[in-house]
Formats: sequence, C-alpha cells, structure tokens
Amino acid sequence: MTDPVNENPQNAAQPGDVVAQGEQVPAPEGAPGSTVAGGTGRETRTGQFFRELLSGTWLVSVLAVVIALVIGGVLIALADQRVQETATYLFARPADFFAAVWDSVYGAYRAMFRGAVYDFQAETFSRAIRPLTETLVFSVPLILAGLGLAVGFRAGLFNIGAQGQIVLGGIFGAFIGFTFDLPVVLHVTLAAIGAALGGAIWAGIAGFLKARTGANEVIVTIMLNNIAVYLIAYLLTTQAFRLPNSPFPKSPDVPSDSAAYPLLLGPSFRLHAGFLLAIAATVFVWWLLERSTVGFEIRAAGSNPNASRTAGISVNRVVVLTMVISGALCGLAGSAQVLGTERALTAGVAASYGFDAITVALLGRSRPVGTFLAGLLFGALRAGGVLMQSTTETPIDIILVVQSIIVLLIAAPPLVRAIFRLPAPGARPRGVRTPVVKEAAA
Amino acid sequence: MSTVITEQARPQERTDAILKPISWRWPVLYGVLTLAALLLFTLLPGLEGETIYQLSRGSDLFKIPNFAVPAALTNWLLVAVMVALTILAFWLTRNRRDVPRWVPVVFGIAFVLTFLTYVGAGRSTVIPVTTLLSGALALSVPLVFGALCGVVCERSGIVNIAIEGQLLGGAFLAAVVGSLTSSAYLGMIAAPIAGALVGVLLVFFAVRYWVDQIIVGVVLNVLVVGVTSFLFSTVLTEDKATWNANQRLPELPIPLLSEIPVIGPVLFRQTLLVYIMYAAVILLQIFVFRSRWGLRMRAVGEHPKAADTVGIKVNRTRVINTIFGGAIAGLGGAFFTVGSGLAFGKEMSAGQGYIALAAMILGKWNPTGAVAAALLFGFSKNLGNVLSTIGSTVPSEFLLMLPYAVTIFAVAGLVGRVRAPAAENIPYIK
Repeated sequence: MTDPVNENPQNAAQPGDVVAQGEQVPAPEGAPGSTVAGGTGRETRTGQFFRELLSGTWLVSVLAVVIALVIGGVLIALADQRVQETATYLFARPADFFAAVWDSVYGAYRAMFRGAVYDFQAETFSRAIRPLTETLVFSVPLILAGLGLAVGFRAGLFNIGAQGQIVLGGIFGAFIGFTFDLPVVLHVTLAAIGAALGGAIWAGIAGFLKARTGANEVIVTIMLNNIAVYLIAYLLTTQAFRLPNSPFPKSPDVPSDSAAYPLLLGPSFRLHAGFLLAIAATVFVWWLLERSTVGFEIRAAGSNPNASRTAGISVNRVVVLTMVISGALCGLAGSAQVLGTERALTAGVAASYGFDAITVALLGRSRPVGTFLAGLLFGALRAGGVLMQSTTETPIDIILVVQSIIVLLIAAPPLVRAIFRLPAPGARPRGVRTPVVKEAAA
Repeated sequence: MSTVITEQARPQERTDAILKPISWRWPVLYGVLTLAALLLFTLLPGLEGETIYQLSRGSDLFKIPNFAVPAALTNWLLVAVMVALTILAFWLTRNRRDVPRWVPVVFGIAFVLTFLTYVGAGRSTVIPVTTLLSGALALSVPLVFGALCGVVCERSGIVNIAIEGQLLGGAFLAAVVGSLTSSAYLGMIAAPIAGALVGVLLVFFAVRYWVDQIIVGVVLNVLVVGVTSFLFSTVLTEDKATWNANQRLPELPIPLLSEIPVIGPVLFRQTLLVYIMYAAVILLQIFVFRSRWGLRMRAVGEHPKAADTVGIKVNRTRVINTIFGGAIAGLGGAFFTVGSGLAFGKEMSAGQGYIALAAMILGKWNPTGAVAAALLFGFSKNLGNVLSTIGSTVPSEFLLMLPYAVTIFAVAGLVGRVRAPAAENIPYIK
C-alpha cells in the first residue's frame, strides 16, 4: 500500500494524534485495501464515492463506538443474574436465555440514553430534557481538561497531570471564592483566574523541570498528581480551608450570588456558565493552535524539535509555555467543579476527570473541536451511567470499559477496518495502483 | 552491582588530559540535609526527654528489651556523624575520587534516626523499629514486582505504563481464583496470567498496530479498572462467599534465619510471595546483564536494527519479554489480595503501578536500582503510616508526599543523567 504520509502532506503525522502511527500500518493480509477496493480497470464515480465514504476516519470512529458498546453489552449480559440462571438450561429453552440477554443489555442502554439525552418517561418537558443538561454539566470539566491535555499533546508533551492540576485549580478557585467578599462579576472572574493560575503553576513545575533539566514530564506530572492528593487532604484539615463543625473534610461553601458561575437555565437545572467557558476555551484553543504564532511554535516543536531549534524557535520556552497553558485549562476544569457543580472544595474535587480527560483528548485527536465532541460523548456516558446505575443492576463502571475500548480502537484504525473489511485510505483500485513506497522507519 | 558503573566511565580509567568537571551535587545535598537535621530535629524546641525504641515483638525468640535513649544527646551525635560524612564527601569529590557506596547508606540511616528520635522524644509511645521495617518491606512488594516488570519491558523497547493495570488484574484474578478454589497458593499462581493478558493486549496494539505505547498503556489501565470494578460490583458482590472470600498466604518462617534479632522477623518471616521476590530480583539482575536472553533483550531495546542484522527477531523478542514482564507485575498484584489476606476491592492498586514506574526510572532501568528505589518508597510510605498511628506533630500528609517529591528531585537530575533505552516507544518496522 502507499504511504499516506508520503503521498499526502496534509496527513503528515502530528504529535498527539493518536492515529498518526497506527494509520501507517500496512493493512493486515487479506482484509482491506486490495481485495475490497480492487475493482478492475477504471472506477465508477459511485464506486469512488463509496470507497472514500468507507475509508473515512469518521466512519472508523463511529464503528469504534459501536464495537465498544457491543463489548460492553457482552459484559452486561455476562454479569446479569437472570442471564446466568437461564444459561444453565440454555439448550432446553434457548428463548429464555436470549430474552434475558436482550432485557439486560437493552435495559442498561435504554437507561443510559434516558440519563444522558432525553428522558421519554418523564412527566414534564423540563424533566425530560434535564438529562441533556446533566450531560453538559458532566462534560464541562472533561472538555476543559481535555483541551488542556490536547495542547500539550500537540507540542509532544504527554501531560498526565490533569488530575493534580484540577485539584490545584480547585484549591485556588475555592479559596478565592469563599474567603473574600467581592462584588459580583469581579469575584467570579478573580476566582476563575485564580483557578487557572493554580493549574498553571502545577503544570509549570513540570514544564520548567523539563526545560531546565530534561526531567521526563510523564513522571513529574504523575508525582505531582500524588502530591496534590495529599496537599488537598492536608489543607482540608487546616483552619483556613475546613468548614468549622463539619464532620467531613469539606470547605465552606462558595457564595452562589457572587463567586459561583451563574446557572444558565434557572435553579432547577445544574447547568452553569462553565459550559459557556468551555465553548470559549474551545474557540480559544482553535485560534491558539491554528492561527497564532505561539500555536505554530507549539506544533513545530512537537513535530520536530531539532528542526524548530534550527529555525530559531526556543523549544525550552515553548515547553514551559505549553505546560502553563495546558495547566491553566485544567485549572479551569477545577473551577467548573468548585464554582459550578459542587460549590465547595472536597478531597474528591477532581473525581476521575483528570484521567478521563486523557481519553477525551486522545479520542478528539488533540483537535479542539474533536476534543469538545469527545468531551460531550464522555459526559453523556457519565450522566447516562449515573441513571443506569440507580435504575438497573448495571454499575457505572461499565462506561470505563466502553471509553477505553473506544480509544484503543480509534488508535488502531487498521484493526477496525479489518473487523469490518473496509478499504484503507489511500488504497487505489488495482488498475491504477502506484508503486509501493517503503518507509525507512526505526 | 558492577553493572551500574559500566554506564559512566570511571575517572581513573580516563587517559586523556581533559578531566570531567567536578559534580558538587551530592556533597551539597548532604550538606543541606545535615543542616536540615540540625535545625529542624535538633535545635528546634521540643527535643526533651527520651525516645524509646522497640526492637523486638512479643513473638520473637530473642527478646531485646525496649531501650530508651536521651533524645538531645543522640541527635547531636547523629548530626556529628552526618557532618563527618558530608566533609568526607566534599573531600573525596574535590580530589576527584569516588564516594564509596556505604556513605549514602549510612548517611540515610543517620538522617532517618534523627527524625525518629525527634518524633519520639518525650513520649510514652515506643518507636516500633521491627514493625516499621517489616511494614516497609510489605508495602514495597508490589512496587518491586512492578518495577522489575518495567525493567524487562522497557529494556526490550516497550514502554509499559500499564503496570498499574497489570497489578490490579493480578490482584483481581488472585482473589477470584483463591476464593473459588479456597487456596491462596492457586490464587497466587493465577495472578501472573492476568498480568500477562494485559501484556498481550499491550504488544498487540504496540507491535502489530504501532500505536503509541504510552497511549495504549494509559488506556489499558482504564480498561482494567473498568472491567475489574464492573465485575466486582456485579458478580463479586452478589455472592461474596464464592467469588471474593479472603484467603491469605501463610507466613513461612525460615528456621534459624528468622530468629536473628530485628533482621530475622523482617526478612525471613514472610510469605512465599516475598521469597519469590528475593529470587526474582537476584535472578533478573544476573540474567539481564549476564545471559544471552538479557543481551538480546537489551540489544532490541537499544538498537533494534543492529539486533535484526545479526539475526535476532526484534518483534518476537519484544512480544515475549513484554508478556513475561506483565506476568511479573501480575504476580506482584497478588500481594494486594492473597498476599495480605484481603478480599478484592475496587481500584485497590491505588496508583502503585505508577510509583513502580517511577522506581524503575529512579533505579536507572536496573533491577537492583529499581528495587532500592521501591524499598525507599515503601519505607517512607510506611513511616508516614506508623507516625500517624503513634500521633506525631508532623502532619502525616507531608510524610506521605515525601516519596513523590523525592522522585521529582531525582528525575530532575539528582541521580545524574538518567537515560532510557534508546528504542523505547519506537515501533520496529522492517
């Protein structure tokens, strides 16, 4: 097969693009490419259209989601008690077994849909659309932190420290929120800036050490995550942070009239202005990466640090700057928690958003819009998972399985194409095949 | 041990006139730590009375009575030792001579003792030395196995972030198999299978589909957390007695050796898993650097093309070694469940796999170095736990942070140049 990198410079491997390496893999024997797309002689226009449709990357993404849901369904069925019971007399009455499988899987996914998109069993309209707003609420920190990590990935920096950066953002944002007494707009702005600053400092440590000493940012950010966990545990025992007379380690509430993000749809919905912030951040990151000089330097340093250095870009400066921007966005994700959803600081402020954000950024292929959409999808899975856990016997942990399988499959498009026997991109019909270009890698 | 030195040329072997610049890093570090011990633990008020050390437990054959030491005097003596060592280090470095290996060890012990004496000063609670050390060893078991797994995988050129998932998978399978068969030993034998399976997935995506290995590792960790938590919340909680009853590997005291005061109970009154760990460390240290298997593994990790030229099957070597490494980590995961007599719990590996990864880097991709780092992590973690139970004035959170902070300092250049295997995270494409 031809090498997509050599053939089409637009498709050149970008750092942080999860598919970049996987897409260069020669298709497994017997599956895509030559057999499926191999028409004889000239191709009709319709044939060409279908080949392009079938080899498109978006189709791989959709199919990855489908496979992940199927595997998730298998797990749900396996763990279901009725399925296990009916399986003992499978050959006597197979219908029972299949009915049980259908009930468990359909029930779980129906509950997930009801919890994530539209509750068709609700009595009023506002209750019916409430799940959709819940999806948006869950997606806000995922989008913000995912964008932060995406910026890092584009510069070739693997920042796994979103967890710690969210915690620091939460600490700074909440502290400004509940300590000071300021006018409305100023207070929330300052708290959000403080949160961004907190995340930026935490990530900046890793960036500074990487630039100055070459310390591996993966290790440093993992360590900073752990330090942040103990730091917040300690702070919540101190007088400045702990709510007096509270049985739990919890901070005082952030005043909802001045420092919190305003609610967008009134008090019956949890959706807050953090979502607008997430949209703004997406636009900002798009502008930063695609239209600004800094973004160009970030992408250049990520693609080829040596060439960038020769071209006069200070790679060390880019490293520090990227980490600071990345951390600031993760810090804002923390602010979405303390100023928006939770309105107080607890030790679990980051939940698992920091780690989920890694998969969000990977799924979004480190592109701003892709990350935004991936954040929405994972927010939907999470919101749906909550209802699924409470109404059916399926625990929310299943969404972790679905999420990770989606990302694994998207990272290996040839695998998905092999499963569905789809043509590979760049594969020509047999008659017009270009000579094979071998890549000298390794 | 000799292999560590091969990485840096020894100064006396250099024949050219250009001398290596003197690195003042270590002597300065000793100086700073001595000063810290002097100011924080010795001069600060609160160092009154005596500190009671407990060196044996009730079950020991040879009982050593608890002994009390005058806190202030002890710390002044220890600080004097540290000052002497610092001066020695400065002198040796100035004369371009190697600082012997016992210096950091003795210095470290002295520093920890000043701290312990400070913490226990004037209290009725004892400092349980045996408990402190044996707990430290226990906590470092999964770290050691995880770090060894990392060494095997990364030396053959596959970055293994999935150690965390392998530990968790091992813990899960050990608990389930142990519970189903009512045998902790069968559980322990099953644990490596789970780790190896995660290893299979890792190489499947990394070697066959060239996916970035760090990405696969991170995602596999999520996958294992998801699968184990899901099965835990459904099957394991529905029928706990069948699927998740706790089993414990029995302690097997080695005759005679286990009766040595202090060291005996710590090292030789352990479970089979810990003895396997001793064997694994020694065998790997020998085999990685002294066997054909080890040479090929390192060749594939450093320069796959050269290895291929001489007929080594690069990808096959990587696949086999990564799966083998996964099995080692899986075995370490057995510690969480059957090794410590607990039932399986959600996400019970709690980030230990990432710490194991850090231990491996801190140990410069060497089995012994990785083990030393893992023991250091285990010790500081257990120190934090013990101090919070005996009620110390230092917040335990800061002690628990310590290993992570130490790692950051270490990777930021304290351990000297740390160099990863050259072909790490680069798929080999013929």
